[in-house]
Formats: sequence, structure tokens, C-alpha cells
Amino acid sequence: MISIGHYLAVSAVLFTLGVLGIFINRKNIIVILMAIELILLAVNINLVAFSAALGDLVGQVFSMFVLTVAAGEAAIGLAILVIYFRGRGTIAVDDANRMKG
Amino acid sequence: MILIAAFYLFATLVIASAVMVIFARNPVHSVMWLILAFFNAAGLMLLVGAEFIAMLLVIVYVGAVAVLFLFVVMMLDIDFAELRAGFVRYMPLGALVAVILAAELIFALGAWSAGKIDLAARAAPVVTDKSNIQQIGELLYTRYIFLFEAAGIVLLVAMIGAIVLTHRQRGGVRIQNISEQNKRRPEDATRMVDPGVGQGVEL
Repeated sequence: MISIGHYLAVSAVLFTLGVLGIFINRKNIIVILMAIELILLAVNINLVAFSAALGDLVGQVFSMFVLTVAAGEAAIGLAILVIYFRGRGTIAVDDANRMKG
Repeated sequence: MILIAAFYLFATLVIASAVMVIFARNPVHSVMWLILAFFNAAGLMLLVGAEFIAMLLVIVYVGAVAVLFLFVVMMLDIDFAELRAGFVRYMPLGALVAVILAAELIFALGAWSAGKIDLAARAAPVVTDKSNIQQIGELLYTRYIFLFEAAGIVLLVAMIGAIVLTHRQRGGVRIQNISEQNKRRPEDATRMVDPGVGQGVEL
């Protein structure tokens, strides 16, 4: 039988890859959004793995809410990306300083 | 035996495709690798008996989110070569952060001890005589009904937000305005003139 440790290892690697993706693709916001999806996927794998290991269904229910938030985040993020591109003609976000925040 | 083989297959593929997502030169390829990663993650969840979440992952991530990404990547005219310019420059810092994070996670996993888990204190224990989807449904529509509706509101707000952000009124296009058409009376549209002989009509 596969232990929970295996699942935690896979999800740890996936989480790390997501963070690495954010750092190395700092200009390309599309890949940054995809890296965030990878991070949320790692979180979901963790939740489901613990849910299965403990025999408690709440982890899977919570994983559904994470899925919901991930879908909403992708929709809003891509909408912002589209209007950003419309205004500037590029999606290089490393010099996004229009709001001088 | 086949369970272990399937686990290692799915785990290897999900990690390999995650690597390809962040290193692929073309963002369209990144989206394709992302889809593969989602499929394999769904397989991983299937192995531990979370069938509903696995199918939901395929439907929501592959069917909606990845297609949305693909749509945006292909719709925008982006010079991707320029966006990769700082790739090598950011690599050392990114690798450093990733190594530190991975080391911390490995330390945490190594030091982790479940201790004495009080299995009687579980919020919703799995029962064996019902299917996974039936148990989740019973939980979701009773105890977590308010959370479920809150999730619906989150999706509604996201939908309205995306529409409001990207909708724009184009100038200079002729579109049909039904209420303007219905409001129009004959006296607004026509004019009686009585021109003299040899004179035209000023429009």
C-alpha cells in the first residue's frame, strides 16, 4: 500500500516547482498564473492524501472549495491580463508600475 | 503491485509535466503540459479513492481553466522571445529559493510524526457501504451548505468581475437599438415640403 508520505513528497515537489516557476518566469504573467495553478494542485493533492489516510471526508470537501477559488482566480487573473495587454501592448509585468504603488 | 506501479507512473508524469510547464519555451506548450499534469494528478487522487475530486479536477481544470489559458494565450499577440529575456538572470535566485523551500519541506516531512491520532474525533468518517460521491454529497448539502453557497457566490463574483473588466464599448460601429427604433414616430422621420417650381429640396 502506498503511504501518505509518498503523496506528501509528490506534492512537496510540485509546490516547489510552482514557486520556482514564479521566480524564473518573472516577466511572463501567463506562466506565473500557471505556476500558481500548480501550487494549488499541490495543496489539493495534500488535502486528498490526508483525507484518504485519516478516513475523513472533510479534506475532500475542502479540496472542492480550493478548486472553486482556483477557477475564480484564473478567470479574474486572465481578465486583468487581457485589459493590461490592451492598454500596453505587452504582458511584461516586471515593469508594471503604472499605479506607482 | 499494479497500484504501486500506477502511483509511480502518475507521480513521475505529474512532476515531469510540471517541470515542462515552467521550462517550456512556448506558452501554448506550457498549457498542454499543464493539462497532462492535471490528468495525472487526477489519477493520483483516483488511487486513494477520491473519485469525485478526481473527476472534478478533470472537468474544472482541464475542461475550463486550461482551455481559458489556451484561449488567452492564442488570442493575444505576444512576443514570447522577449519575455524570456531575463530567464537566465532570474535562475540563480529562483533556484536558491526553491532549494531552500524544498529543504524545509523535506525537514518538515522527516520530523513529522502523526503522534496519537484520535480517530474517534474525525468530523466525517468514511463509511464503506456508500460511494464516495454519495458521501460527499450528503456532507456538502447538509453540514457545509453555507460554505457551498459561499463558493457559488465566489464564482458569481469572479464571473461578473471578468465580464466587467474585459467588456468594452466600441465606438463607430452601427448596432441595432430596438428601443430607439420603437420610439421613432413618423413625424420625426418625415417632413412635408412644398418646393416651388424649379427649386430643389434642402435635405
